[in-house]
Amino acid sequence: MVEGILIQGLVRGGVYALLAVGFALIFGVARMINLTHTCFYMLAAYGIYIFAQLAGLHPVLAIVLSLVATTLIGIFTYKLFIDRIREHHVTVLLITLALAMVFQEIMLLAFGGHYLGAPTFVSGYWQIIGVKVSYQHLLIFGVALIVLIGLWALLSKTRLGIAIRATAQDSEIANLMGINVSRILLITMGLASALAAIGGIVVAPTLVLEPRMWTHPLIMIMAIVVLGGLGSVKGSFIGAFILAFVEVLVVYLVPEGAFLKGAIALLVMVIILLVRPEGLFGVAFEEERL
Amino acid sequence: MLAIPGRFIALVFFVLLLIIPSFTRDPYVLRILIFANMYAIFAVSWDLLSGYTGQINFGHALFFGVAAYTSALLNTHLGWQPWATIPIGALAASIAGLVVCLPALRLRGPYLSLVTLAFPLILLGIVFAFTDFTGGEWGISGIAPISSDRTVIYFISVLIMLVSVFVMWKLTDARSSLVRTGIIFHAIREDEIAARASGINTVRYKMLAFAVGGFFAGIAGAFLAHFMRIAGPSNLDLFLSFQVIIWTVFGGIASIYGPVAGVYILHPLMEFLRVVPEYRILIFAGIVVLILLFMPEGVAVWIRDKLERECPRCKLSNMAFRRTCRACETSLY
Repeated sequence: MVEGILIQGLVRGGVYALLAVGFALIFGVARMINLTHTCFYMLAAYGIYIFAQLAGLHPVLAIVLSLVATTLIGIFTYKLFIDRIREHHVTVLLITLALAMVFQEIMLLAFGGHYLGAPTFVSGYWQIIGVKVSYQHLLIFGVALIVLIGLWALLSKTRLGIAIRATAQDSEIANLMGINVSRILLITMGLASALAAIGGIVVAPTLVLEPRMWTHPLIMIMAIVVLGGLGSVKGSFIGAFILAFVEVLVVYLVPEGAFLKGAIALLVMVIILLVRPEGLFGVAFEEERL
Repeated sequence: MLAIPGRFIALVFFVLLLIIPSFTRDPYVLRILIFANMYAIFAVSWDLLSGYTGQINFGHALFFGVAAYTSALLNTHLGWQPWATIPIGALAASIAGLVVCLPALRLRGPYLSLVTLAFPLILLGIVFAFTDFTGGEWGISGIAPISSDRTVIYFISVLIMLVSVFVMWKLTDARSSLVRTGIIFHAIREDEIAARASGINTVRYKMLAFAVGGFFAGIAGAFLAHFMRIAGPSNLDLFLSFQVIIWTVFGGIASIYGPVAGVYILHPLMEFLRVVPEYRILIFAGIVVLILLFMPEGVAVWIRDKLERECPRCKLSNMAFRRTCRACETSLY
């Protein structure tokens, strides 16, 4: 059981981290709560189903196609629907919610509400000290780790990363320093949806696909992002593993755990926020300039 | 009367609501309107808390659900009548508002929104885990109806709606000479630190906003529980929390008439779209997206801006075609 908890927690934590970091990134840069975020995860998972199962393409090709398609959808949604009303924060929130409903309904119309499965990329398992770990789970965790380290390198070492962080700190000043803020916003949106897509692609084989699969991760990543401190990529990463382990522990140890897992994870978030209102790694700032 | 077209339209609308039963008593139409009346209270209460006070609440269904479950339990277990259970349910929702308020007082902005999101979901987990008491997925059924005649229920709902919306309108009126809450709510939203620096106990007013918002949302929840005769987990659903945001922002946030307009446009639309059940939510969401793209401040606010113009000097509303203010004769151009 202990190894089950450990493996499940790490795998789930990896996926949540991929999703939450993207959510934190787009929140930090564009100051928007993007409720469509986990829809990209859902779309990418369906992409794997479409390209690998229905079209019968090679898994690698399916992965690339799904990733590119989802990223493009993310960028176009931003360009078409969000960019022009960026000043109205609550309206942006609502538009992202309505768009999430649109994506969900399109998938429902196209594939119906029944559960679908995507083919696994790698079968078999690996024996570590007597514990069977399937390659798919290793793949999820490994990809999450590599992608997040890559993102960290991008954000801290490259010129683009510096531009993104500058825009997140203060978009007006960044603009005055010669950074093309609207292009940075587009790039960030592309990055965030690509991260969500990678999350969806790697977990697609382990999940049942259905059009409503975006809601539970959305709630969890919003909790994670708040827990870690809004806009803090490191905080989201650690928060993802905390809440993932809480969820898995509840499922394994508490009777009726499947019903209570979300509730208890959210309760943990509320309690941590009562102690540290700015989240684990957030900075308590005075009134933010908008 | 005609000087402020917005108010005139509101008056005509309320009179229409009151005389609709003399034209049609079709139970389906009345059912939609009863729902719309209660959802209007629900949306306006969200507007008071989130639009005016700026405490964007993602979990408004909590108040709705708490009141629905409270009145359902009181009615089925203790046999109390609707006239007692609805106010008590609303009070319970008000207390829930104060509980949510405790963490909310320490948080602001998106942190607050996301924490409030958690509360109805936590309660929903509890509802599903303790099925003996709460009925689990099936909810609590067999609640006493408010009246056996649907027209009577309709009139009661219209009256409750008018009184509640009027009270909330007055509470949020920034120019009111009766109550100070309106201007203080505005101040908290615009700049909480400045409000505190001006000697306003912002904590107390935020608690008030949560309690009042919870109370009116609770009235809607308890009333609909008695009307539907069932209180189920859908009352706490994430979708309901988001729907109230859709109605309010669609109509126009921080305007009271905005959420009312949003509900009376979108709720019947959603019912009408049942003619194409598979495309219902898709069309609904598509319409919301397209309209908001062109009227990002909401439909009602967009229409008001076409009809009325505010005098720059005395802040009185005027018809849009007037060249000078009707009171102080300042040029409106």
